[in-house]
Amino acid sequence: MKKYTFTEKKDTRSGFGAGMHELGQKNPNVVALCADLVGSLKLEPFIKENPERFVQCGISEANMISVSAGLTIGGKIPFATTFANFATGRVYDQIRQSVAYSGKNVKICASHAGLTLGEDGATHQILEDIGMMKMLPGMTVINPCDYNQTKAATIAIADYEGPVYLRFGRPVIPIFTDADQKFEIGKAWMVNEGTDVSIFATGHMVWEAIQAGEQLEAEGINAEIINIHTIKPLDEEAILKSIAKTRCAVTAEEHNRLGGLGDSVAQVIVKNDLVPQEYVAVNDSFGESGTPAQLMEKYGLTAADIVAAAKRAIARKK
Amino acid sequence: MEIEQLEKVAAQVRRDIVRMVHGCQSGHPGGSLGCTDLLVALYFERMKLNEKDGKVVFEMDGKGEDLFFLSNGHISPLLYSVLARKGYFPVAEMATFRKLNSRLQGHPTPHEHLEGIRIASGSLGQGMSVAIGAALSKKLNNDNSLVYVLMGDGEQQEGQVWEAAMFAPHHKVDNLIAIVDLNGQQIDGPTAKVMDNRDLAAKYEAFGWEVMTVEEGNDMASVVKGLYEAKSKAGHAKPVMIILHTGMGYGVDFMMGSHKWHGVAPNDEQLAAALAQLEESMGDY
Repeated sequence: MKKYTFTEKKDTRSGFGAGMHELGQKNPNVVALCADLVGSLKLEPFIKENPERFVQCGISEANMISVSAGLTIGGKIPFATTFANFATGRVYDQIRQSVAYSGKNVKICASHAGLTLGEDGATHQILEDIGMMKMLPGMTVINPCDYNQTKAATIAIADYEGPVYLRFGRPVIPIFTDADQKFEIGKAWMVNEGTDVSIFATGHMVWEAIQAGEQLEAEGINAEIINIHTIKPLDEEAILKSIAKTRCAVTAEEHNRLGGLGDSVAQVIVKNDLVPQEYVAVNDSFGESGTPAQLMEKYGLTAADIVAAAKRAIARKK
Repeated sequence: MEIEQLEKVAAQVRRDIVRMVHGCQSGHPGGSLGCTDLLVALYFERMKLNEKDGKVVFEMDGKGEDLFFLSNGHISPLLYSVLARKGYFPVAEMATFRKLNSRLQGHPTPHEHLEGIRIASGSLGQGMSVAIGAALSKKLNNDNSLVYVLMGDGEQQEGQVWEAAMFAPHHKVDNLIAIVDLNGQQIDGPTAKVMDNRDLAAKYEAFGWEVMTVEEGNDMASVVKGLYEAKSKAGHAKPVMIILHTGMGYGVDFMMGSHKWHGVAPNDEQLAAALAQLEESMGDY
C-alpha cells in the first residue's frame, strides 16, 4: 500500500477560497457571487483584491443563480457560491432552465455538503445534491478530496467552458494530495494500485478509503483505491480497467446511496462487466445534529465501514 | 421608423402569431398579441442592434448592442415573429413552430441555437434576474448599451421577481429597463381574482425603482414615446420600470380582453376571421 501522510489538516472550502484568490489575480473574467455567506465560503481574499468583481446577492439564491446566467452573456465567468443545500435543491429550477438548458458557463460552488456540516442538522446537510446535479444534461459534477485538490479544481473549472457543480465541505481533513497538482476534469486519480477489490471513493471519503486500504493490507487484502473526483463525466475507462483486475467494487461517498457515485458506477458495471458492488453511503435518510465524526460513524461512512464493505464484495466474487 | 410603418409591421407580426398558433394548434396568442406593439417598437425603432452590411447579426455576447430578454416565455410566437421579421432567421422557419425538430420550441431557448435567443424562459420569474446579470456584465465591460426585460403581470406572483426587484436598485443597475405587461389576465382568470398584484407601481417605487406608466400599451405612438422616456431615465443610479397597460388578444376582436385566449389556438374559421382584421403588410411566411 502506497503511504499517504499529512502534516496539516484544512477544510476543502479553504481550498476553494485559495483557488478563487488565485483566479482573481489571473483571470479578469472571473466574477464571484455569494448569498450572505462570504466568510463560510472563504471569499475574503478575492473580494479584497477584486471588489468590483464580487456581487453580494443577499439571501436570494434563486436570483443569484439567474443573475449568474445573465453574467455569462458578455463573457464573464460567474462563480455562484453558497451552502450546497441552497446551491442545488433550493434553486433546482433556476439551474435547470437558466444554466443547464441554456448552456451557460456558470460555476456553482457549494460548501458544507453532506453530513460533515455537523451540528446544524439535516436542514443544511444535503445528501441528494450529486444526484440532482448529475441528472442535468450537460452539467459537470466535481467533488474533490482535500484542500489542495479543491484549490486545483477551482482553478481548472474556470478554463472549462460549460456549467459545473463543484462540491466541497466544512471540516478540516488531512491534506494528502500534491500542492502543485494539475486537475483534469473527468480523469480519475489512482490513489493505490491493488488486485483484490476496487474502492471508488469521492470527496471526504477518499481519506477514509486510504485508511481502509491500510487496515485491509494488515489483513492481507490488497485494495485498489481510485479517487473519482469527477462524478460526471465519469471516467468509465478507469473503472472498467480496475474491475477487470479486481473483479469486485466498493463505492464510498458522503451522499444518499440513491443517485450518487455508487449508482453511476453501478451503471457502468451493469452495462459492461458484471461484478459484485457494495455501497458505502447514507442509506436513504436525512442526517441530524452531531459532530462530524459522530455522524460519519452513525451513518456508516468510516474507514471501518469501507473495510466491511470490501470484505462483503470479495466474498461475493464468483 | 415612422409610427405608421411600425403599425404595419405590428399587423404582420399579429398575422404571424395567429398563423403560427393555428399551424400547430397550440401556443399562447393572447399575451403575444397584447405585447406586439411593444416588441415591434423595441426591435424596429428603439433598440440599438449590431448590424453588418445593413443586416442584423447575432452573437451570444451581444457586446455594444441593446439586449432584450423575454421572461414570460409563453409569448414566444411574438418574439419569433419579431426576430424573423427583423432578419435574425428566415421567416419560413416560423412554419416549424412547436413542431418536432424545430428551433422554435414552445418556449424560447438557446439550446437549439436560434439566432436572437440568449436564455431559456418558460418557467416564470427568472428573466429579470438574468437581465440584471447581463446588465452587470455590460457595466464590467464598460459597455453603455441597455438591457430590456419583459415580464407578465401574473408572473409578478413569483417570489424570485421580488428578489430581483430588491437587488437591482441596491446594486444601482441603471442600465436595466424592465417592463411589466399589465393585461390583468392570467390562466385561471382576472389577475385581481387569482392573486391580486394590487399597486405594482407603488411596490416597485418602494423597492427603489424609477417607475413610469404607459397607459396605452397598444397605441404605437404612446409605446415609442414611453420607450424613449424610459431611455432618458436610464443611467441615473436607478433601474427603470415601465408598467405597460395592454389588452390581452389586442388586434383580433374576438380574442380581446379575456383570459380565454391565453393558451388556446384558433380553428380554421377563427383564423380566417382574425386574418381579415390584420393587414398582410410584409407577406405571410
